[in-house]
Amino acid sequence: MTQRGRNLVLLAPAGAWFLVMLVVPLTVVLIFSFGERGAAGGYVPAFTLDQYANLPARWTAFKNTLILAPVGTLAALLIAYPLAYFLAVRADPKWKTLLLVLVIVPFWTSILIRSYAWIFILGGRGIPALLDWIGIGGVRLINTPFSVLVGIAYGYLPLMVFPIFVNLDRLDKRLLEASSDLGAPPWRTFLQVTLPMSLPGVATGCLLVFILLMGEFLIPALLGGGKVFFVGNALVDLFLQSRNWAFGSAVAATLVAIMLVTVTAYMRLIRRLGAQREDVSLM
Amino acid sequence: MDDGGYKPGASKSQAKIVAELRGVSKRFGEVLAADDLNLAIGEGEFLSFLGPSGCGKTTALRMLAGFETPTSGEVLLDGKVVNDLEPHRRPVNMVFQHYALFPHLTVERNIGYGLKQQRPKLPAAEIERKVREALEIVRLEGFENRRVWEMSGGQQQRVALARAIVNEPKLLLLDEPMAALDRKLRKEMQIELQNIQRRLGITFVLVTHDQEEALSMSDRICIMRDGRIVQTGTPRELYDRPRNRYVAGFVGTSNFFDGKATNVNGTRAEVTLPNGMRLAGQAVSEIVPGRDASLSVRPEQIRLERAASAKDGNLEVTVLNRIFLGEHTEYLVENQSLGEFMVLTPRQAELSDGPFNAGDVLYASWDADSALVLDRD
Repeated sequence: MTQRGRNLVLLAPAGAWFLVMLVVPLTVVLIFSFGERGAAGGYVPAFTLDQYANLPARWTAFKNTLILAPVGTLAALLIAYPLAYFLAVRADPKWKTLLLVLVIVPFWTSILIRSYAWIFILGGRGIPALLDWIGIGGVRLINTPFSVLVGIAYGYLPLMVFPIFVNLDRLDKRLLEASSDLGAPPWRTFLQVTLPMSLPGVATGCLLVFILLMGEFLIPALLGGGKVFFVGNALVDLFLQSRNWAFGSAVAATLVAIMLVTVTAYMRLIRRLGAQREDVSLM
Repeated sequence: MDDGGYKPGASKSQAKIVAELRGVSKRFGEVLAADDLNLAIGEGEFLSFLGPSGCGKTTALRMLAGFETPTSGEVLLDGKVVNDLEPHRRPVNMVFQHYALFPHLTVERNIGYGLKQQRPKLPAAEIERKVREALEIVRLEGFENRRVWEMSGGQQQRVALARAIVNEPKLLLLDEPMAALDRKLRKEMQIELQNIQRRLGITFVLVTHDQEEALSMSDRICIMRDGRIVQTGTPRELYDRPRNRYVAGFVGTSNFFDGKATNVNGTRAEVTLPNGMRLAGQAVSEIVPGRDASLSVRPEQIRLERAASAKDGNLEVTVLNRIFLGEHTEYLVENQSLGEFMVLTPRQAELSDGPFNAGDVLYASWDADSALVLDRD
């Protein structure tokens, strides 16, 4: 078989998957988004921009997603970075593996169960009850943007920890000695060597978490209690409850378009930073 | 024992002491990596720690840099005890074994890194000027904006050197800086390093396991073994007057004939081999009669002749192997009583007496003065 033939064979399964699971459904969604809702729900072929004109009706879902996805990514980053740093740089090599496993173990349990745990923790008999007991009353945590934020930051933490950990773990510790030898105190070594060298891991982690958060629906449904909902929740509602496939498709197509634009812009920014890495010394 | 004191050479009289180790020991768990090190390093000196891996030479260097704190004893810089002074506060810079250049910075920024850390801040123009000067010294002009990973091993080494010397350290530490270079490049860098050291007058402390490197570059060499300093001296002192068999084996090559010390008489002594044969030589260090001792004869001090010459001490030998080295020819010969040993014959001798071939029966001899009776350690 020729090299070309072998390449085709190797790529065929992934190509088929890509076609059936991504290209076809997206095309269908795009076509549906220009159609109309049937009388009994579903989809009736048409060519109209009405569905897109109707998008402001779902403004809150877009607003929540576009605020909480980046903020959630940032929150996950702020928690994950020190953790990854500790695991990679400070932790005793003897304990490193065990600590890493401890980070993963909770994620062997279903996100559904873990979110229920959070409902209890943040709910009336959880933290608010505790606060009430020490004299701070009237705090409501569950079904607020805060509870959703806690849920998503918690849920996506490992996805953020791992790329950063891998990056920091591979960081040549002799570079830190070199920096110290050249007169940089520890905190400046961190800012000038450790942090810039770990940016690729940070970039990967943020991208992974952000993309998944944009499509999130389970955590807002459970911890937002229908008050704080994402575009994902709006889609569940449109397709399964009100059976308005055309409008649902328009919402979905818009979400995909927003993600394409933000992710492309993000990748460009990262590449620009990467091309002039010496300017990222942040000093 | 060795006092390790700096004995100023003719050209460097009255040199000031910039760094000192006083009874320094370092323990890592069960391992005593450095054991009671005593050494004074003079200003402008080129000193090498020489020894096999694990002998404690890198630990000694890292204690001077501040990466390791001595378990006991004192490290002094400029007369002040610096045991607990962090590396970033020491006027000392290091060229790391694998260079440890910052991959996210250009050559220029790598070199300027140390200058940028100075407080109060140096003006940007001054940093730029100093970096350019350093690039000139290591002959890398025009490489300012290169990525360090785009450069060859030799170039990276120059960047590492420039990054250290640009800070004008009191002490420049070099941790096996040439280990990753090929032989030819290593020779070039050795000469260049020496030139740079003379020009800048910075005190260099080199760690190496390569005796040739240490011998060719250093003013003084500190031979280490099992965490201890065995002997400190100029290359010549170590070569001519090694303290024991270990030093003689580490500085240059030598033939050793092992036995017991006998007939010790001032600067003369004998080694009696297990087979009863007695070999005379010079005693350059203290020899205790009855102790294990070796007679050391350098291969180049042995003559090979077709006919026994008039003097006594001719040994009948059979040539086992011959390696042509250009200027010299190396012979492996065997004597019934002494076993195998090495002889290095200059080309001149070869021309007069004809090349010797494997199987030839010859006579080997040496002057008793050129043989040394050494303690086995």
